[in-house]
This record gives sequence, structure tokens and C-alpha cells, in this order.
Amino acid sequence: MDRATTAARIAEVIEPFNKNAVAIGETTSFAGDLEWDSLTVMDFVAAIEDEFDIIISMNQQAEIETYGQLIDAVTKLQG
Amino acid sequence: MNDMTPTEMPTTDLFSKFDALIETRRSLLATGVTDPFSLVMEKVLSPTTAICSGRETILLGTYNYMGMTFDPDVIAAGKQALDDFGAGTTGSRVLNGTYAGHRAVEEALKEFYGMDHAMVFSTGYQANLGIISTIAGKGDYIVLDIDSHASIWDGCKMGDAEVVPFKHNDIEAMEKRLKRIPEGAGKLVILEGVYSMLGDIAPLKEMIRVAKENGAMVLVDEAHSMGFIGPNGRGVAEDQGVLDDVDFVIGTFSKSVGTVGGFCVSNHPKFEIMRLVCRPYVFTASLPPSVVATAATSIRKLMHAGAKRAHLWGNSRTLHGALKGLGFKLGTDSPQSAIIAVIMPDLERGAMMWEALLREGLYVNLARPPATPAGMTLLRCSLCAEHTAEQVEIITGMFERAGKAVGII
Repeated sequence: MDRATTAARIAEVIEPFNKNAVAIGETTSFAGDLEWDSLTVMDFVAAIEDEFDIIISMNQQAEIETYGQLIDAVTKLQG
Repeated sequence: MNDMTPTEMPTTDLFSKFDALIETRRSLLATGVTDPFSLVMEKVLSPTTAICSGRETILLGTYNYMGMTFDPDVIAAGKQALDDFGAGTTGSRVLNGTYAGHRAVEEALKEFYGMDHAMVFSTGYQANLGIISTIAGKGDYIVLDIDSHASIWDGCKMGDAEVVPFKHNDIEAMEKRLKRIPEGAGKLVILEGVYSMLGDIAPLKEMIRVAKENGAMVLVDEAHSMGFIGPNGRGVAEDQGVLDDVDFVIGTFSKSVGTVGGFCVSNHPKFEIMRLVCRPYVFTASLPPSVVATAATSIRKLMHAGAKRAHLWGNSRTLHGALKGLGFKLGTDSPQSAIIAVIMPDLERGAMMWEALLREGLYVNLARPPATPAGMTLLRCSLCAEHTAEQVEIITGMFERAGKAVGII
């Protein structure tokens, strides 16, 4: 799956989690801009993992701070 | 030219990261409540009573499930070991820190669990830290419940394995993650028998079956079940008939056993090598002789404690039913362990309720995020086999009065 298709599917998954309807771009950060707590992060990661049938380990999550980095990581993890 | 001297450089205060917590604590104490995290027990009268701030207090938050702390045989064994072996070992288990008592307590554990190997650590925290970080290394995968104890998380962090959490007690979420792990990678599933925050148990039978079907080794922390869950008090895995499928059981001496220390028991044929490669075991002084003597005596008595177990379960059922009847919101619908978690609406009212109970003469644990799941504030009660039926009745009355005073029921 190419980056654009991956990005479109992530955009669908993220919508119910974006409770404050923040405008999301490549540089949007999960902790800062979306103000997600650790529980929301966990549920969102599980939703992304299930959508793409991948594992994003805690070790990998530590490297993902922005929306753009997530798209890159998911694109790469699908092989 | 730079004429600035090093002394003029501004210092970044490494403590600024704690500012939010300092502020939360300051504003809580500013409401006038007693600090729930600095209680002092001036005198301990029994496993169930102590003097706190000059008043006799019933203890309902000590994990002293089997009341072994004042058992006369346990105390006598500790005193004898102090006389015979001195106050401490001043050494690592692998150097000068293994006395006859350390071997004896490991023998007692092997008999208690019916397993081939037992390794004793200086604390339960170190047992998880040491075993997990040593067996799951770079390239291996750890699949664990999101509500795992801090010592499990720290063990994961200290090793170099890929760490993959799943939703609490969710068998399907665990299975999906196990199936996604690359072929050939080592897999360790970590579960707990009783989760200590809400007092709920894990569906170990199904989870262990799924773990084994997917080629994982299984570690179960039975800290909060030893001594009273299962036909022989070996824990939730024994109770659900799957202890033989558990590769590593982690436990502690600081709950039912009534002293301090941690352990791992296993049937793995190569287990003894852990004594040389597990750093939290090697680079720590071993437990004092009196501690291992009290632990060994206590463990052997716990093998034949059927009547105490039955009484503890009776206490748990009675208090659970009474608190539920009063209208408190509890962590579990039915009593699953000796822990009953009373869910508070928020930290402030939780602290008020905690203080109201203390004034009534009752000590419980106030548990707050990040230790608790889902950001909850809990008043965690742990029952003891030595609580009398009368004490349980008194406790119920205290909860009723305090709950009404604070406006929670």
C-alpha cells in the first residue's frame, strides 16, 4: 500500500478519536496538538494495528510523535 | 571572545518535570486533608490492628492476606536465625550471601508449588525486573496486559525486547498480537493472576491456551493470590487447572508470606543458569537470615492453611456484599480475590473519604493515577484471614458513616 492510500485509511481511523475536531496535518503532534492521554493513545494504536494487521511495539511508538511520522511508520511496517 | 565563565551558565532544573505533580499535591493538601501518603504506624498490635496518630486503627490495606506477620512460629524462627546467623549477609547470593536459610526457603518454595526450581530475590519488584529483563532480549517479543504492575513494565524497559501491550484481560486482542509477531522470534506472554488495583482475576485458562498455541512462553505474576487461591494456595493458575502450562511463576514474600522478598519458580530444565546471568539477582545483597527463616516457616504453614483460606474468602464475600448493598461502586461485580476496590468519583473526594475512614479508625489504601487503570481514584481494601466477623461488621459501619459524611452514598 502506498503512502497516500495509507494516509487516507489512517485519516478514517483517527476521526472518532479526534474529539476536539483539531485540523490534522503532517506535523500535528499526538501529545501536544491532540492532547491525548495515554489511554487514548493505547486505544488508537490498537485501532491502527487492527486496521493494518501490524504490530507497533512500545519501542516503535516512542519514535512516533507526529501524524506524518505515523503515516511513514505504518507505510513501512506493511512492508 | 567569550568571557562567560561556567558559573554564569543557567542551570536547567532537572526537577521541573515534577512541577505538575507537585502542584496537584499542593492543591490537594491545601483543602486541609491529611496527607494520604505519609501515614505513620506508631505501633503494630496484630496483623489487623495498629496505632496511627495515637488511635487504634483497623488495618484494611496491607495485603497481609494470611495474617502471618505475628504467627508465633514465624517470629520464633526469625529470632533464632538472628541469634544463629546475625543481622545480615552483607553479600550477593552468588558470593558470600547464600546461607543455609536461603537454600531452605527455596526448598520450601519448590515443595509449595511442586516445581523443580526456585530462585529467591531480595524483593518481588526485583524478581519481575530480573527475570523479565534477562529472558526477553533483543529481537524477542513481550506480549503483556496493559494493566500490568510497575515492576513488570520496568522489567520490559530494562530488557531490549519489543514490548506489545494488549487491552486488559482481552483474549482476542492478545491472540491478534501474538499472531502478528514475525516467524521465528522468541515470545513471552506476561499475565497476572489477580490484578491488584481492581482485585479482578485473569481468564488464565483461555489465555495460556492461546499463548501456547502461538508458541509463546508464559510468565504469571501470582503476588496477590499466593496462599489462598487454588486448592493448595498456589494461585489463580492452579485454581483454573493450568499451572503445569506456566513456564515461570513470580511471587512475593511481602503479602501472604508476611515478610519481604520475591521469587520465581519454574520447571525449565535450564533454569539454574539464571543465577549467573540475572543482574538484579547478582548485584544485590541477599535477604537477611531472619527474613528467609520467617519466610520458610510461613510458606510451610501456608501449605496447611485450609481453614484460614475459607475464613478469608468468607470475609471477602461478606464485605463485598455489604459495600455493594450500601451503594458503593466496586471494582468487580462479585468478589474475585481478597481485594475489594471502592471506586471514588475523583481524587479530592477520594482523599476526603480516605481521611473520614481514618478518623473512624480504619486504614485503607488510597490509589490514584498513574498506578490505577483508566485514571480512577480507588480506595483499595485488602482483607486478612485474621479479620474477625465482628471486625468486618465494624468496617461496614465505618464505610457507611464516612460515605454519607462525604456524600458518596
